[in-house]
Amino acid sequence: MARFIGVGSLLVSVAVGEAPVALRDVRFAYGEREILKGVDLSVQRGQVVAILGGSGCGKTTLLRLIGGHLRAGSGKVEVSGHDMAVLRRGELYELRRRMGMLFQFGALFTDLTVFENVAFPLREHTDLPPELVHDLVLMKLHAVGLRGAEHLRTAELSGGMARRVALARTVALDPMLILYDEPFAGLDPISLGVIGQLIRRLNDALGASSIVVTHDVHESMAIVDYIYFVSDGRIVAEGTPEQIRASEDPFVCQFVNARADGPVPFHYPAPPYAESLFGRGAA
Amino acid sequence: MSGPVAVARRLGRIVSDGVWRFGFAARFLVMLLAHSGQSLMRLHLTVREIYFSGVLSLLIIVVSGLFVGMVLGLQGYETLQRFGSGDALGVLVALSLVRELGPVVAGLLFASRAGSAVTAEIGLMKATEQLDAMDMMAVNPIARVVAPRFWGGVISMPLLAAIFSAMGVLGGWLIGVVFIGVDEGAFWSQMQAAVDFREDVVNGVIKSVVFGVAVSLIAVFEGYDCTPTAEGVSRAITRTIVSSALAILALDFVLTSFMFRGVS
Ligand SMILES: Nc1ncnc2c1ncn2[C@@H]1O[C@H](COP(=O)(O)OP(=O)(O)OP(=O)(O)O)[C@@H](O)[C@H]1O
Ligand SMILES: [Mg+2]
Repeated sequence: MARFIGVGSLLVSVAVGEAPVALRDVRFAYGEREILKGVDLSVQRGQVVAILGGSGCGKTTLLRLIGGHLRAGSGKVEVSGHDMAVLRRGELYELRRRMGMLFQFGALFTDLTVFENVAFPLREHTDLPPELVHDLVLMKLHAVGLRGAEHLRTAELSGGMARRVALARTVALDPMLILYDEPFAGLDPISLGVIGQLIRRLNDALGASSIVVTHDVHESMAIVDYIYFVSDGRIVAEGTPEQIRASEDPFVCQFVNARADGPVPFHYPAPPYAESLFGRGAA
Repeated sequence: MSGPVAVARRLGRIVSDGVWRFGFAARFLVMLLAHSGQSLMRLHLTVREIYFSGVLSLLIIVVSGLFVGMVLGLQGYETLQRFGSGDALGVLVALSLVRELGPVVAGLLFASRAGSAVTAEIGLMKATEQLDAMDMMAVNPIARVVAPRFWGGVISMPLLAAIFSAMGVLGGWLIGVVFIGVDEGAFWSQMQAAVDFREDVVNGVIKSVVFGVAVSLIAVFEGYDCTPTAEGVSRAITRTIVSSALAILALDFVLTSFMFRGVS
């Protein structure tokens, strides 16, 4: 009974149009090191939103906060109107059944075949007959171009193939909120375009919302509705792709034109270079 | 920083880390038991682990059991012979195996063959974010991955210990009766008369169950708790084997002192 109420309230909250994801002044630190220093962002229903930012700026951390893997130090993370800080495990799982997350490194189950990996969420959460599971899995694999690879073991996949299998597994249960951590990494230009379109089409077909974390400015510009730029733990720029293209913001210009110099630091925080190299000798 | 202070500080740190880890392990055990329903209801999950922990350990258990029994036959006969009671060889072999060597040696072998594999598997799943991915799919990794491996180990261990003891008796018979020429009738009938079901067999089974719980718990805990890197996993495997061995020997002493007080 409790479970029914849980599902019911989730459906209601989706129906009344709560923002699928809303972050308000979210801060997060790993130990002493502050990674997020007050992030505000929101995703509307039906939107595909990109989060762009340099390596190590906290994008994966942001997704883990939204997925409920990490708890924010302060501020509020809301998913479908639920405050992630107060959710109990059962409620969190109820919410996650309607979420999909593509991990940065795929995280495929190494003891299962490609087919079994994609079938895993279906088997765990539904009582569908085997034939139906089979058909659903093949449909998902076909969408990522790997229907022929169903019998391979995960060790036999290339990096890009593994990522596409992981993508198929992520959307196996037709989630309402899909989080993609670098879906384009390790893909050739052809697959990259196809996967980009797939993310868009899936989102529209399911009426879902998606967050795409990526470095790929141009591919994301082509498919998303809204873009956030993260740097140094804050949102430093945001806008629709048109606004971003027209933007004069030095930050955005640097990112879009891929220049090493500019407000985005290429280096992990460190003492001055000369000091590291010669510091000890000089002292 | 002065010497004694540094030493005291490090000592305090070791102690508090240990206490913290122990508390974490206790909480882990509670969660493990609370989420065990699935591994019993979806029995194929546990059966698969019994295959990996139990069936795949059979070879080493059978071979070691045979050799340990053969050595017991040689050594035992040598000693018994001095007192002119070589016929009691069957009793000696059976009692040593059923009471002590069966559970203990099988436990040590089980820890290094199956326990280490379980730790490695869970540790690698953690290091490659497979556990996180599962959690993100609203599937509890403790229920789906950890509990079946724990129960698979708990079920396998007593069976392996029993097989070890049986092979050991066979090894003793091979040496004693076939090679040395102890009277076969005396070998078996004295064994049958001297080995008590309640005092010896049941107590041996209790030991092997306790060792099975200890080794399985250590193995799944070390895997689940490891630092998620290649180095972390390898250190966790080492810890599994070392802690299991110490746990088995310490528990064996405690259990023996309770069990065989009145006998002797
Ligand atoms: N488990 C952890 N413990 C401590 N620090 C961490 C941990 N995970 C990440 N960090 C730190 O947090 C920062 C942000 O990490 P995160 O993985 O979110 O970056 P990212 O934006 O996803 O980078 P990339 O684009 O390279 O994947 C990094 O500087 C990293 O050093
Ligand atoms: Mg990342």
